Amino acid sequence: MLRFIANRLLSLVVTVFGISILVFLMIHLTPGDPAEMMLGERASKQALEELRERLGLNKPLYVQYGLFLSRLLRGDLGRALRTNEKITTEIAERFPATVELSIMAMIFAVTIGMTAGIVSATRQYSIFDYTSMFFSLVGVSMPIFWLGLILIIIFSLKLGWLPLSGRISYTVHLETITNFYIIDAILTRNWQALKDVLWHLILPSFTLSTIPMAIIARITRSSMLEVLRQDYIRTAMAKGLTPRIIHYKHALRNALIPIITVIGLQFGILLGGAILTETIFAWPGIGLWLLNAVYARDFNAVQGGTMLIATTFVTINMIVDILYAWINPKIRVS
Amino acid sequence: MESNEQIILKVNNLHTYFFTERGVAKAVNGVSFYVRGGETLAIVGESGCGKSVTALSIMKLVPSPPGKIVDGEIIFDDVDIVKLSEKEMRQIRGNRIGMVFQEPMTALNPVFKIGDQIAEVLLHHRKASKQDVQNKVIELLRKVGIPSPESRINDYPHQMSGGMRQRVIIAMALACNPKLILADEPTTALDVTIQAQILELMKELQENTGTAFILITHDLGVVAEMAERVIVMYAGRIVEASAVKDLFHNPLHPYTVGLMESVPSWSDTSGKKRLKAIPGIVPSLLALPSGCVFHDRCSKVFDRCKLEEPPLLEHDNSRLVRCWLYK
Amino acid sequence: MWSCAGNMREKEYKTETSISPFVESLYRLKKNKTALAGAIIVTLFVIMGVFAPILAPHDPIEQSLYLKLKPPFWYKNGSIKYILGTDDFGRDLLSRIIYGARISMVVGVVSVSISLIFGTVFGAVAGFYRGKIDNIIMRLMDLLLAFPSILLAIVIVAFVGPSLKNAMIAIGIVSIPRYARLVRGSVLEEYAKDYVQSARALGANDLRLIFVHILPNCLAPIIVQTTLGFGSAILEAAALSFLGLGAQPPTPEWGAMLANGRALILRAWWAVTFPGFMILLAVLGFNLLGDGLRDALDPRLRE
Repeated sequence: MLRFIANRLLSLVVTVFGISILVFLMIHLTPGDPAEMMLGERASKQALEELRERLGLNKPLYVQYGLFLSRLLRGDLGRALRTNEKITTEIAERFPATVELSIMAMIFAVTIGMTAGIVSATRQYSIFDYTSMFFSLVGVSMPIFWLGLILIIIFSLKLGWLPLSGRISYTVHLETITNFYIIDAILTRNWQALKDVLWHLILPSFTLSTIPMAIIARITRSSMLEVLRQDYIRTAMAKGLTPRIIHYKHALRNALIPIITVIGLQFGILLGGAILTETIFAWPGIGLWLLNAVYARDFNAVQGGTMLIATTFVTINMIVDILYAWINPKIRVS
Repeated sequence: MESNEQIILKVNNLHTYFFTERGVAKAVNGVSFYVRGGETLAIVGESGCGKSVTALSIMKLVPSPPGKIVDGEIIFDDVDIVKLSEKEMRQIRGNRIGMVFQEPMTALNPVFKIGDQIAEVLLHHRKASKQDVQNKVIELLRKVGIPSPESRINDYPHQMSGGMRQRVIIAMALACNPKLILADEPTTALDVTIQAQILELMKELQENTGTAFILITHDLGVVAEMAERVIVMYAGRIVEASAVKDLFHNPLHPYTVGLMESVPSWSDTSGKKRLKAIPGIVPSLLALPSGCVFHDRCSKVFDRCKLEEPPLLEHDNSRLVRCWLYK
Repeated sequence: MWSCAGNMREKEYKTETSISPFVESLYRLKKNKTALAGAIIVTLFVIMGVFAPILAPHDPIEQSLYLKLKPPFWYKNGSIKYILGTDDFGRDLLSRIIYGARISMVVGVVSVSISLIFGTVFGAVAGFYRGKIDNIIMRLMDLLLAFPSILLAIVIVAFVGPSLKNAMIAIGIVSIPRYARLVRGSVLEEYAKDYVQSARALGANDLRLIFVHILPNCLAPIIVQTTLGFGSAILEAAALSFLGLGAQPPTPEWGAMLANGRALILRAWWAVTFPGFMILLAVLGFNLLGDGLRDALDPRLRE
């Protein structure tokens, strides 16, 4: 098991290294001069030259990469061209918002998705099964940026139940410590803010959870069905165990193995979907920040943000891999 | 050697059908037999003859849908279990009737330790302290011949060989001292040497515990070794029932004769006698032939066989055979 | 309940007659109602795209200030001439939606072709030659998979410049690994089989072996993946256009229409609702069809 983890860690390092090359090379994808792309066509020669010098664009490619990598290793992503603020600082401010949103979405997706999948599998071909599988098919096909807008129309504009956008109302004061608003509200015992923050979270996190929820429901169902037809389930029945124990102990434990993998893969969808969700709900997270960097042609920031999101993504995948191995005794005990 | 023990299981006119898209498959079609305490009854037949479904019917584990017990009674300990609720049935499964399956490689749950899987039966059916259960599990494992059971209880199934796993499954079936164990092809998936060991173990356990066995197999060698009485099934029907030694001495039904001829004989070492296969294939249970279900494969077929199905006829007092030859 | 019934039935009641696998696939496809629904949606979608100029009642980009923000026809001030109403430039929503089908179709064809062609070649080469080439190709594919796909598409477009063409290319690139992995797996599996080895012994050259002998036998999963790929390409392109990184105004692309409608969310719900619903429907159609094809063509992959 330890060797397995060491192996995974090593391959993570290799992948992150690869990502850094790819991210570094991206700037050279631009047709023409990156400096010109960033500053626009009317920039003065002097300004262009200055920027080139600052970004090291005049040096040979491998030197540039060397500089890029050594900065990366020191945890320095450079400065955002728009604000001249350190990119790491900007990211650090916004990352908690995205994490909070993603975790909430994942909680929705896993609880609702898995419950629907399990009930569907144990009552195959029931009305519940048909309904939930219909909804999960629709869910998988959902343009979430549209769903978000529809939810806003219904719940914010027509019914007025939930806030339109943002993380917290302007009228509510919250002292930020960790920038995870839920945690901050709890730490400062600010219950009014906690309620407000949760209220703001509902629509965006539900929107973001749609596709993962649907996928998790489908994989849970099929994986449970697969397990329920195994011989050891018949053994469990021959022991006189109740359906509850058979479904939730014997079947679910085995079905979890593929489900966990799929849940892990959903983080990618979440991180990608966060860009769309944050745009719709004006959620001040990393996705919106990255998109604004794209609009402003702030390639430094785009590189930094991409590097971070991709690294987060592969790290989560590695954790899922390890979890997968740990839950599966065939890998754990050998 | 007739046992004087009481009859513990009596199956009367059992019909188990599968309602499939292509029609109704009569997997068990009017089967009656009984089992006495402490004896071994063998049910033999080719795959698809309904022997496994018979066992599953006794456990009421026929997958439903599409399967269903449509008629008949199964009297176990003076109670018709066909009429029992699912909840009452669970009191019997694993507790008073144990079951051993064909595939030891897949019959154990891969994510739980084998000790816990055995303990589960005990905890479920008996109220006992954790320590008592642990001791009992170790004792059971020792009983089924697993070396150093104290450490083996922490093994996962994939760490054991097929023979070892089958021993674990037997221990599981034995855990609550059941009156009856259904063993569905318990040795088919195992190597020949391991087969002999497992059979030996079962025999030994039966002598020590007085548990009755229903042994389901397609292997006449196993029958000869293990059972006192035997039932031959074909296409959902019993075609012959008798004491094992009578059957081997003088098989009555042409199908039984065919079965015996298709197995290498252990008395004939000359190698001159050629093996004979029964011509034709097992009929589809969806479209059984008219008359005797075996007539289109039978070497002794005559007109009556094609028109009328023979009843189970008594022969030589204690034997039953479903064939017009013995009318 | 546990259906050991499945294998038991197979074992105990072997069917009498055997039909050809192809006919059986068709039979299974016909019986599969979800696949049928998918096929109908996809067909309607294709008809809409192909015959857009005939079907659309108005020019999709013609503006008319007098007709600004007309509601759908069932409203009092709606008009039967503009069934789904108009947007803030007075453009007929229905016509734009019909033309949008055409654009989404093109997006699907172009992006899927890119990922299919490159993915198949990479996967086939990796699976066939194995060793070093395999390692390099698959490492590269893993690297592409290290990014959430929509993020990678956004970043690519960000650097090469926003346009529908670039969006299609980006989406195509992003999906290459899916096909490469699939094809590699199938090729590895087929390679071991006897017919390949005997073709090899008969002196078939590598290209012939890959394209004539091996690939046709991996078609089923590729067809399924391609069908599903259409759905995700349409979805991703709409997302990029929604973000302003794909189709640019006044192109009647569904995602771009949605972006425009977003500003009208308070005044014209129809400008938001209908284009998005079309995206959902089109993607759903391809997903239903893909699932159905999977069941029909490759029972092994069945969920």
